[in-house]
Amino acid sequence: MAATLLISGGRILDPGQGIDKVADLLIAKGKITWIGDKGTAPNHSDLKTIDATGLVVCPGFIDLHCHLREPGFEDKETISTGTKAAAKGGFTTVCCMPNTNPPIDSQASIDYVKKVAEAEGIVQVLPIGCITKARQGKELTEMNELAEAGVIGFSDDGNPVASSRIMSLAMDYSQSLGLPIIDHCEDKELSDGGFMNDGWVSARLGLKGMPKAAEEIVVARDISLAQMTGARLHIAHVSTEGSVELVRRAKEKGMAVTAEVTPHHLTLTEERVMGGQLKKNKQLTYDTNAKVNPPLRTKEDITALIQGLKDGTIDAIATDHAPHTLVDKMCEFGLAAFGISGLETAFACLMSLVQDGRLDLKTIISKLTFEPARIIGTRFGELGSLKPGCRADVTIFDPNKEWVVDKSDFASKGKNTPFHGCHFKGKVRITIAAGQVVYKSE
Amino acid sequence: MRTIESSSGTATPDTLPPPSMAVWQHSHVLDLDDFTREEIELVFEIADAMAEVLTREVKKVPTLRGKTVVTLFYEPSTRTRASFELAAKNLSADTVSIDASKSSVVKGESLIDSLRTIQALGADIIVMRHSQSGAPYLAIQEVNSSIINAGDGWHAHPSQALLDLYTIRRHLGKTANLKIAIIGDIMHSRVARSNIWGMTTMGAKVVLCSPSTLLPRGLNSFIENCRLANVSIENNIERALENADVVMLLRLQMERQQSGLLPSLREYIQRYQVTTERLSLAKSNVLVMHPGPINEGIEISPEVAHGTQSVIEEQVSNGVAIRMALLYLIAGGKNK
Repeated sequence: MAATLLISGGRILDPGQGIDKVADLLIAKGKITWIGDKGTAPNHSDLKTIDATGLVVCPGFIDLHCHLREPGFEDKETISTGTKAAAKGGFTTVCCMPNTNPPIDSQASIDYVKKVAEAEGIVQVLPIGCITKARQGKELTEMNELAEAGVIGFSDDGNPVASSRIMSLAMDYSQSLGLPIIDHCEDKELSDGGFMNDGWVSARLGLKGMPKAAEEIVVARDISLAQMTGARLHIAHVSTEGSVELVRRAKEKGMAVTAEVTPHHLTLTEERVMGGQLKKNKQLTYDTNAKVNPPLRTKEDITALIQGLKDGTIDAIATDHAPHTLVDKMCEFGLAAFGISGLETAFACLMSLVQDGRLDLKTIISKLTFEPARIIGTRFGELGSLKPGCRADVTIFDPNKEWVVDKSDFASKGKNTPFHGCHFKGKVRITIAAGQVVYKSE
Repeated sequence: MRTIESSSGTATPDTLPPPSMAVWQHSHVLDLDDFTREEIELVFEIADAMAEVLTREVKKVPTLRGKTVVTLFYEPSTRTRASFELAAKNLSADTVSIDASKSSVVKGESLIDSLRTIQALGADIIVMRHSQSGAPYLAIQEVNSSIINAGDGWHAHPSQALLDLYTIRRHLGKTANLKIAIIGDIMHSRVARSNIWGMTTMGAKVVLCSPSTLLPRGLNSFIENCRLANVSIENNIERALENADVVMLLRLQMERQQSGLLPSLREYIQRYQVTTERLSLAKSNVLVMHPGPINEGIEISPEVAHGTQSVIEEQVSNGVAIRMALLYLIAGGKNK
């Protein structure tokens, strides 16, 4: 049984409840039991106190989109290492994508993930099920059964459903379940085996480009299909100005469309592939750690994504944590795997936007807590809130702590980060999942 | 074929002092984007001396004796590979030639492991050709041997661009302010990309001419972002050829048509083939160049390919001198 925990003297920031004040918070039996003025907590016999003076206390972060790689790719990540990375990044709930081997397209594979997560995971793992069997885009999965087994939504992630007809059937079928289709929007025929954003850097480096239109075409198509079917649609990792605009218009019509954006698409541009901005005598690189799908775009896209977060077009920030082995990345750019190991840098990365005055702290915490919680719904209890009675998922961070990213310190097996060596300000200090301290920094 | 006066050639490799390291900054040759005008001039100066060696009865000097040059080719190549190997042999280097399609690569060895193995065998210089853009940039992070890029994907082919510029300079005496039209498949061309850097550094004006499906979409912003004010894009071949001092054709690979980038070879030939008639729009002393291999009757008519303006074969001969110069400079750079 977990001890009773008093988190004392921190700035409690819970945008879902509109709380932003210095207060004490009490956790007992895995639940939040009380919030109140400093020093006024009810007495408990075995009370352990965490001094949070100067720190921010907020609901545990929720990641709608990560890859834990188990089963099938345990050399890249396991549920054990992936949830450790999550805890280190302040995440207490992670939703894992079904592109495993076997893929999460049956009750058996969901049960497997849940069983391993229960035994080895240190934060809550909520699986996402496939839209189609084996992510082949041909036949729908048994969505009713997957829903009962506990998926939060359906996605073929990196293998987007190419057929409009199959996608419309998936939406028709999932609509009655009330679960979203989580959509990696990419017209693979148009992106045509490209490696990075189709723009000046791809022209300069002689790399095949992935046009923005390849994303936007599918965003537009699936918004149309969602309108036709009435299904819930969640657009994963929006990366372009045009996609933001399409989602905004769908929301204006009152459609049940939501969207997420990743920390790397909010902070990095296509120039990162060649090692950053052009400077005299600077060695050009083909940095495979900046190879990600959707690709890093342009500063105009970043501006639109930030605006989308501010005006509510984009609901959530999700990491798209995609760990890979060294072998997957230490090779020719064109042969390297897509993806960034993002759980452990997400928060600090977002704090850099706060420090630059482009987003406020309340917005980023909202997009990491109660807003993604709304997309998941309440089937797994009320998430993303510090309300008494809720599961005690709490993240405590120091907004002023300066640190340098060192990939060798990652809890994740995936050391594939474009942020290695970056100086950041803002670091998670303590992560509490269901009342247990699952991460504490030195 | 055009001919030129044989170069005066006062210096020879036997008597050449080590290259001036104040000018030469490279331990690798990856592309021309980081070459200064002075460095390119130095390559030409040394190539002149090397060209003199090539006119001798015994085309061999001891300059790189005891050095090992490995050519590592992941793509088929005739002229570039032979040119580098001859260049190395003419300088008395020991050469090893690895054809990746017949090596342990087929057993699944990675590029990095292959490079490390070659380094462990004692390679001073590795000349590499790879189908993936950027491969030599990975190589320099992993091994200490000097790397010369003999072509990477669509990205760069610096020795080709240098021999092109060298050929132009030998015929026209200069490169500054020349109008150079590069015509053909720009999108997939490492020759075009390296020449954009080399030619603009040497003060030439470059016109890129191709149907839009064979131009990278980001080309305009590439030109803008890299402040390549002397580079322009022109879809119309007649305008591209107008008053050109140099016309450089690029090979049109047949699979471009098959993948839908061109409606038909017929239309390409009609709109983009350099014929005698079209060539008359250029200056009367225009040079016709092609990095090879040529598709006669597609991008260039046989009359033009073998006509009086053509320096295509001479490009190949100059390639040996240029590559000797690069090997010499790179090896000298390492000795310092």
